[in-house]
Amino acid sequence: MEKFDKLTGIAAPMPLVNIDTDMIIPKVFLKTIKRSGLGVNLFDEMRYDRQGNEIEDFVLNKPAYREAKIIVAGDNFGCGSSREHAPWALADFGIRCVISTSFADIFYNNCFKNGILPIVLPQEDVDKLMDDAERGANAVVTVDLEAQEITGPDGGKVTFDLDPFKKHCLLNGLDDIGLTMEKAASIESFEAKASQERPWV
Amino acid sequence: MSPKTLYDKIWDAHVAHEAEDGTCLLYIDRHLVHEVTSPQAFEGLRMSGRKVHAPDKTIAVPDHNVPTTAGRDDPSQMTEDSRIQVEALDKNAKEFGVHYYPVSDIRQGIVHIVGPEQGWTLPGMTVVCGDSHTATHGAFGALAHGIGTSEVEHVLATQTLIQKKSKNMKVEITGQLRPGVTAKDITLSVIGHTGTGGGTGYVIEYCGEAIRALSMEGRMTVCNMAIEGGARAGLIAPDETTYEYVKGRPHAPKGAQWEAALNWWKTLYSDDDAHWDMVITIKGEDIAPVVTWGTSPEDVLPITEVVPAPESFKGGKVEAARRSIEYMGLTAGQKLSDIEIDTVFIGSCTNGRIEDLRAAAAILKGKKVKDGMRAMVVPGSGLVRAQAEEEGLADIFKEAGFEWRLAGCSMCLAMNPDQLAEGERCASTSNRNFEGRQGYKGRTHLVSPAMAAAAAITGKLTDVREMM
Repeated sequence: MEKFDKLTGIAAPMPLVNIDTDMIIPKVFLKTIKRSGLGVNLFDEMRYDRQGNEIEDFVLNKPAYREAKIIVAGDNFGCGSSREHAPWALADFGIRCVISTSFADIFYNNCFKNGILPIVLPQEDVDKLMDDAERGANAVVTVDLEAQEITGPDGGKVTFDLDPFKKHCLLNGLDDIGLTMEKAASIESFEAKASQERPWV
Repeated sequence: MSPKTLYDKIWDAHVAHEAEDGTCLLYIDRHLVHEVTSPQAFEGLRMSGRKVHAPDKTIAVPDHNVPTTAGRDDPSQMTEDSRIQVEALDKNAKEFGVHYYPVSDIRQGIVHIVGPEQGWTLPGMTVVCGDSHTATHGAFGALAHGIGTSEVEHVLATQTLIQKKSKNMKVEITGQLRPGVTAKDITLSVIGHTGTGGGTGYVIEYCGEAIRALSMEGRMTVCNMAIEGGARAGLIAPDETTYEYVKGRPHAPKGAQWEAALNWWKTLYSDDDAHWDMVITIKGEDIAPVVTWGTSPEDVLPITEVVPAPESFKGGKVEAARRSIEYMGLTAGQKLSDIEIDTVFIGSCTNGRIEDLRAAAAILKGKKVKDGMRAMVVPGSGLVRAQAEEEGLADIFKEAGFEWRLAGCSMCLAMNPDQLAEGERCASTSNRNFEGRQGYKGRTHLVSPAMAAAAAITGKLTDVREMM
């Protein structure tokens, strides 16, 4: 997995609340057996008309935001299905960080498996960053994971909380499965005990 | 010993390793797999030379892409990309040696219907699947939730998940439901109460007299939509209704093991003085038959109400409601019972079980679907379909003018050929009314099976109580 340490890029504003995984990547694009190549279909039904032409009003189609690396979003971003295609599509487009007041649980976890940092902030901080993100080409934001700090275009700083284990894995690009396999002895002894206590499982 | 909730008890029984910061390896008893969220996980195993750690605890079934029309064994019925996904599951199930129900097997169906039906899902288990509606299995008092594909690979490789514990929420539905009110109305009403983000960070335990009175089918409907309220999982403590349902199922314990299992299952309840981080109480008699008007499951109101004005909401919801109402082609103030529909879908992991079909057939018996209406029933599994045929329900549906389909996810998420066309409006027993969910620019109103049947007859959203 790609490491995440410090990210500087354009932040795109998406103030709509409850942006769901069907919006992020509609189901027609789930019929893939690969993880790559979904960026072109990110937010497909909001981004293109039925003929495949770009819808000018959509934020990521505007010249200033075509290279956005950060999204500042409304509450409950990523609600809906468990599809990891949602973070795959975001990462493939180039989005490495999403900032909101809250995220749906499964989406939140899926982000960390794909080098994306979801940041939860209080409403007033998200409102400020949403204003910053409205500045088009000037909406340059820096996210420093080590320091857990966001710097806005005016140099204003906001700090954020993060689970230390998730931070460690993201900073070092660690593979969860490899880490867990180091605990194989614990898993085996659990299995031995459980098969005594609950042999019907 | 300090008092525990049901969630605490199941959690504690499955921690294989706990780090100092509270990050746990949670052991997984059952891993359900379908064709859409698993190909990349199996490919990951292959690339790293890893095996499936516990193939005997892994159950695979294709459901999302499969056509529901006759002759579907013919691969030409599927689009090429759908066919490739289903064939990948066939191949992976064989290569890695997991339990498998192919399309040709009568036991095939929606993964969340097949698991309980075959007795794979048992009280006190941990159950995961690369699908958010895994919450369904919580109806058995199993800790069950959806995971992403990376986590699918993690569970395949290690039979564990890296987890931190959620908070405990109690949702109590007191008293009794009024006639015409069903489990679907309970679960939608709870989401209307909490909002789609209200459950984030929690595991919900549903309890109270109205929940106890539900059948297992009804309990599965309630827990199925816990995820729509944002909760990691929904739970209902097991009781005689649960044991009665489980007993004798192909993979349920038997003989002395049944007795041992039962002894443990009877300890699976929340202690009286357990700590709850949040408690919600709703009176059963206050719940009405409901419909959704917008594009989020929280956009729910009793059928007797009107489409709300966007200005009646607060914050970001004002703009979201305006967008929803425009997308849905409605007007604020319009009576919900005046909304005309052209499609009815009865099925899905929310409402594709035998009791759901019975409830719809009871309303449809001797009646006809309104002229010009497209109405379909997609049973949740081949066995539900066979039972409905045996009980004569299939004949009631067919005589009323419904299409009687084969099992799968179908128009719940429209990954197979069953889709809404642009602008079509559907009364649907499924779980999500998101934009484009049932087809590009399609419009979805979530309802119970009985309400869907009533709408099929009148051609508009209808209060089923007027037909009882």
